[in-house]
Amino acid sequence: MPAAFFCLASQSLYSQTDADAIMLKKNVLCVGGMYTNDSWTNYWEGTFKRDNENLGKVTTQMFGLMGNYGITNKLNVLFSVPYVTTKATEGTLKGFNGIQDLSLMAKYQVMQTKFGSKDQFSVYAVGRVSFPVTDYVVDYLPLSIGLGSKTAGIRALADYQYDKYFVTASAAYTYRSNTDIDRTAYYTTEMHYTNEVEMYDVASFNIRAGYRTKYWIAEAVVDNMNTLGGFDIRKNDMPFPSNNMDATKVGANFKHTMKSLKGLEITGGIMYVVAGRNVGQSTIINAGVFYLMNLSSKSKSRTNQQQQ
Amino acid sequence: MKIKSTIIVPLVLVFAGLLCWSCNKDLDDRTHEFPALHPANLDLNAGTWKPVLLTAPDEFTIPAPIATNAPAYVAELNEIKAYQRDLTEEQKASIKFWSAGAVLRWNEILRELVARHNLPPYQKEDDTYPAPSAANPFAYPQFPFSNPPYAGRAYAYVSAATYDALVSAWHFKQLYNRQAPYANDSSVQALLPRTNLPSYPSEDAVVAATTIEMLKLLFPTELAFIQKKADEHMLARIMSGANVRSEIEAGQSLGRQVASRFAGRARTDGAGQAGGNSTVWKALEEATIAKGEVCWVSLETPKRPPMLPLFGKVKPFLFDSLTVIGLRPPPPPSTSSDKFQEETKEVKYYSENPTRERIAIVHFWADGAGTYSPPGHWDAIAAEEFVKENYSEVRWARNFALLNMSLMDAGIVCWDAKYFYFNPRPSQTDPNIKTLTGVPNFPAYTSGHSTFSAAAATILTHLLPDRGNKFDDMATEASMSRLYGAIHYRSDCDAGLVCGKSVGQFAVNRAMTDGAE
Repeated sequence: MPAAFFCLASQSLYSQTDADAIMLKKNVLCVGGMYTNDSWTNYWEGTFKRDNENLGKVTTQMFGLMGNYGITNKLNVLFSVPYVTTKATEGTLKGFNGIQDLSLMAKYQVMQTKFGSKDQFSVYAVGRVSFPVTDYVVDYLPLSIGLGSKTAGIRALADYQYDKYFVTASAAYTYRSNTDIDRTAYYTTEMHYTNEVEMYDVASFNIRAGYRTKYWIAEAVVDNMNTLGGFDIRKNDMPFPSNNMDATKVGANFKHTMKSLKGLEITGGIMYVVAGRNVGQSTIINAGVFYLMNLSSKSKSRTNQQQQ
Repeated sequence: MKIKSTIIVPLVLVFAGLLCWSCNKDLDDRTHEFPALHPANLDLNAGTWKPVLLTAPDEFTIPAPIATNAPAYVAELNEIKAYQRDLTEEQKASIKFWSAGAVLRWNEILRELVARHNLPPYQKEDDTYPAPSAANPFAYPQFPFSNPPYAGRAYAYVSAATYDALVSAWHFKQLYNRQAPYANDSSVQALLPRTNLPSYPSEDAVVAATTIEMLKLLFPTELAFIQKKADEHMLARIMSGANVRSEIEAGQSLGRQVASRFAGRARTDGAGQAGGNSTVWKALEEATIAKGEVCWVSLETPKRPPMLPLFGKVKPFLFDSLTVIGLRPPPPPSTSSDKFQEETKEVKYYSENPTRERIAIVHFWADGAGTYSPPGHWDAIAAEEFVKENYSEVRWARNFALLNMSLMDAGIVCWDAKYFYFNPRPSQTDPNIKTLTGVPNFPAYTSGHSTFSAAAATILTHLLPDRGNKFDDMATEASMSRLYGAIHYRSDCDAGLVCGKSVGQFAVNRAMTDGAE
């Protein structure tokens, strides 16, 4: 799972590939870059929603490098690594920046059934690991660039498509390793005399539905993530990596595959946190450019996209 | 299907492996594995050590213990035996936990309370800030806000009262010379290391009761929490065979009486008025402007009144109030001087060029909101060193008293300087200076971290001379962390270290004449 839940941007960086039902064909390589801008003015201390004039607007920007390769028609491997930068418009706290976590994913099409000429049902399994690639500062929320956990997650995903319309539902579970901070003692709901912080696992659900053709995908998304433990930020305290961070986001994405420039794809999306706990009420905007290369002679590069 | 067997099996194995690797999330807490206290030197003469407030070790008294052949004592032994017949794992764990030492464990509890209450109040609708009220402690913001000066004072009162109470307890231990239950009845097991220290009154009960009595004043909303801890602690002593119930009760009585002396002092030491009021705040600004200097302004929005501007007037433990003035450092560089501009530039350099190592130093020493504060950090450092020394409880208490009186008095001297000079933080002087930790809401000169740390390092180096420069090096690092974090000028740090060292020297002088060395 992505790292900094207080800044929810990292989650959306992967959502286009992690939780969708799109597969690359064998020997197709897709590489690209994604920009994400996550900003909030209000946040939740536990269930208490507030702003903070000593932070103003907190913005996290991510510049992600991503790649996806079709080992077979049914098995894709993906990677991504973001450079993250944070800032607050008010107060004195300095924003941080750096390279965050490397994610490696494998996506496997477990089954696909066609009911007729127009509708099909498919099931996927996605596995992901991530780990920090730099020794970035963890205990500086909301301006640290990540949470420092190593993670391993699985997602089960089902997709139904009827003609040009689809609905995809998935559920994911992410194990998170404990994270290390620069202090050797800290208080959560009790004192701990260690620099290690217990990080709870995360469950998440994602539903997306919309229109999908060879050249266009437009979808509405609802995403819920729930940290399975942790504590609430106390009134007027600073956030901490092991806070119980929950968020429900709604939004929309699109992807367009260029006809004129073969192999070029552009993506964009916007998500908004409608409910949360110990997170910022983020508006997350992302945009990406990808290029598909078919390393074999075959021409079709994607599955699950109805031919026009 | 071919793909399934060649790809899925390894994938599943990899993920299964990763899951196991990430499953064990138990934290290795350094304090959980502290060994049972088993002092080499029982300090049997500690009843003659010089107390802090008591005029004599028997200023407060306890009744003589009953004879060990009296039926009431036999009944108390039977209580121990009844517990020992079938101890649960939880009870055994409790015995082990408390065996590390009463002074240590109660100091840890106090650190936890400080961390829990170390939060600046959230503003009201009208952008003013509510103040915690000792008279109405449960209302938001709960009393107290245990900021660094408050915390330093709390650690000092609890430690000094505990020390005096144990000096008194050692006097009565010598006087009555009652041996431990397991020494009087061989069928009582010793589940703690055996000791020849007389067991009446129970030193553990003295420590717990003294602390509770002090915390009624210092952390009034926590009484249910700490009473539960004390009940566990006292039961652990009985179950372990170390004390019978009447030894606990005698210790509790003694602890309460001694603590009442300290509570009386605390009520009149000036801390209750240290927050000042709008007239005081205004006068500070005017006095600084009259000197031709730029005065401190809160960098918070909405602007927060300065933290405890009259804490410099609180009555110290190690010297009198005139000495506080005498210890006041010379003025900082004038806000209109070249030197001041130079130092501001240096702060800006550290703000703009943080290294990973310096950030780690800043955050290690930050001890800001939600932490046990800088005095608590030094208590934690000291505790981990004291554990290695296997002190008697009374020496633990004495050393913590010396340390924490230094820390409290360092806070007083530092706060006196801060509000006498009332000079601005670097980010006020140059708003482009961004900080790597929160800017404390009080004037810059002198650095509290530097003053606290030098005071602590000075007394700790005296107590543990074989550690060499260890504590001085830590104090220097703590001091520089404030410059690296871009919240203090170098002058603040340097002057704080000098002043803190002078404060610590008062504790050293006391240590050399208190009869314990």
